[in-house]
Amino acid sequence: MDALSEPAVRADRLTKVYKTATAVDGISFALPRGGITGLLGGNGAGKTTTIAMLMGLVTPTSGTVRVLGSDMPRERYKVLHRMNFESPYVEMPMRLTIRQNLKVFGMLYGVDNLSERIAEIAAQLDLADLLDRPTGKLSAGQKTRVSLAKALINAPDLLLLDEPTASLDPDTADWIRTHLERYRDTRGTTMLIASHNMAEVERLCERVIFMKQGRIEDDDTPERLLQRYGRDTLEEVFLDVARGRERRAAAQ
Amino acid sequence: MNGPAQIMFSPRRVAAMVLRYWYLLRSSWARLTELIYWPTVQMLMWGFLQTYLASQTSLYARAGGVLVGAVMLWDILFRGQLGFSISFLEEMYARNLGNLMISPLRASEFVLALMIMSIIRLAIGMVPVTLLAIWFFGFNLWGLGFALAAFFANLMLTGWAVGIFVSGLVLRNGLGAETFAWSIMFLFLPLACVYYPVAVLPGWLQAFAWALPPTYVFEGMRALLTDQTFRADLMIQALGLNAVWFAAATLAFLALLASARRNGSLMQTGE
Repeated sequence: MDALSEPAVRADRLTKVYKTATAVDGISFALPRGGITGLLGGNGAGKTTTIAMLMGLVTPTSGTVRVLGSDMPRERYKVLHRMNFESPYVEMPMRLTIRQNLKVFGMLYGVDNLSERIAEIAAQLDLADLLDRPTGKLSAGQKTRVSLAKALINAPDLLLLDEPTASLDPDTADWIRTHLERYRDTRGTTMLIASHNMAEVERLCERVIFMKQGRIEDDDTPERLLQRYGRDTLEEVFLDVARGRERRAAAQ
Repeated sequence: MNGPAQIMFSPRRVAAMVLRYWYLLRSSWARLTELIYWPTVQMLMWGFLQTYLASQTSLYARAGGVLVGAVMLWDILFRGQLGFSISFLEEMYARNLGNLMISPLRASEFVLALMIMSIIRLAIGMVPVTLLAIWFFGFNLWGLGFALAAFFANLMLTGWAVGIFVSGLVLRNGLGAETFAWSIMFLFLPLACVYYPVAVLPGWLQAFAWALPPTYVFEGMRALLTDQTFRADLMIQALGLNAVWFAAATLAFLALLASARRNGSLMQTGE
């Protein structure tokens, strides 16, 4: 299979053990190119470790993960410039202005015509008037948009998002989701979103992977999951999975 | 846009990191002041002490500038390492290391940027201090000429080697290992014989002293100032030792980085 026809992400029996604790337990999945997939699970389910292995931040104990046709973390430098990551828990340097931060990361990612790209992305994310303000003096919503601008600076083919709208007010969160939808539609970028916001997942994701105790508990479209669990919302499905309740439909 | 990012070594990525630290430095008067404050205080204290000793003993009267020279060379060694380590620690304080580790930035580019920043930080701190030393005590460090270049190169190489090793420790163990960045170099103060000749040490300790590259520099400085002799042999031996130290520190850094990837330390770069 050549690199271009491969899925954006292919994990095969991926396992991570920290000393005696198994964080990820032999999971296998593939993400086709394009589309948004939600990675759900309670705290400690293994979502963050899974994403860290996709980015090459953590070396798997066993199993393999291929990203955009390259083995991670061994071949990470072949693909790191084609992917990016956004999380409210990883901050941008506070004393640097937005423009300075975007310039630094644009140079790191090898972005051509960087000034034009910064202007373009600032306009898209409504940051143009704030470009020369220190990042530390922004509101939470503005900081999230800056992190998103950094994550999009290289127009990534694969975008990993960890709770992209955590602690944002409903209006700002909706604005971010709309932007992600538009970005997916225009660029065909593959996105993997770890989130605890079920409404967000229902709106954005064509597919949902549920993790529990390091394993994949379920993997399907939101519609089929609702049907299979006999529930009206993904939040109810989440509770069923997290609390180990049997699938309603199967039980009935 | 993506082609250059794949190349093995990118000067543009090095420039990006230097720019990042330069933006930080120029945005903070406190950081800039700190660079000059301690070297000035040190130079003044040891300079006045030397002035006093010169009036009391023939040794210091004959070898003017030994103490001031020693303290300034010590500051090159200490500040060279600290300049490297502090720039690295800034990423930990800013919780920005995750962003860097998932970017195409390579370890070699990161390290080179930290080396360049340590020179910039040192220049900001030390150039005014050397000028003050001329004004206050008539000691002209720049007057050492080629010898100063040899001293500087050897001391910076040692400072960087220690900085690389400490950065690996912090990557692997988090900010709990930060204390090494501030304190590890003080081990050199007694052993590298900054203010006295190696002959002062007991015989068994002299073997340790000669394993440290800066020992050769400080011996070389004393030979220059007291006997007006430039000991090229000492500088070459220091350079050889520095090559060993630098290689060992790089290997240790890479091993600690690999260990951090295995242990998940890069995901949690706090305490």
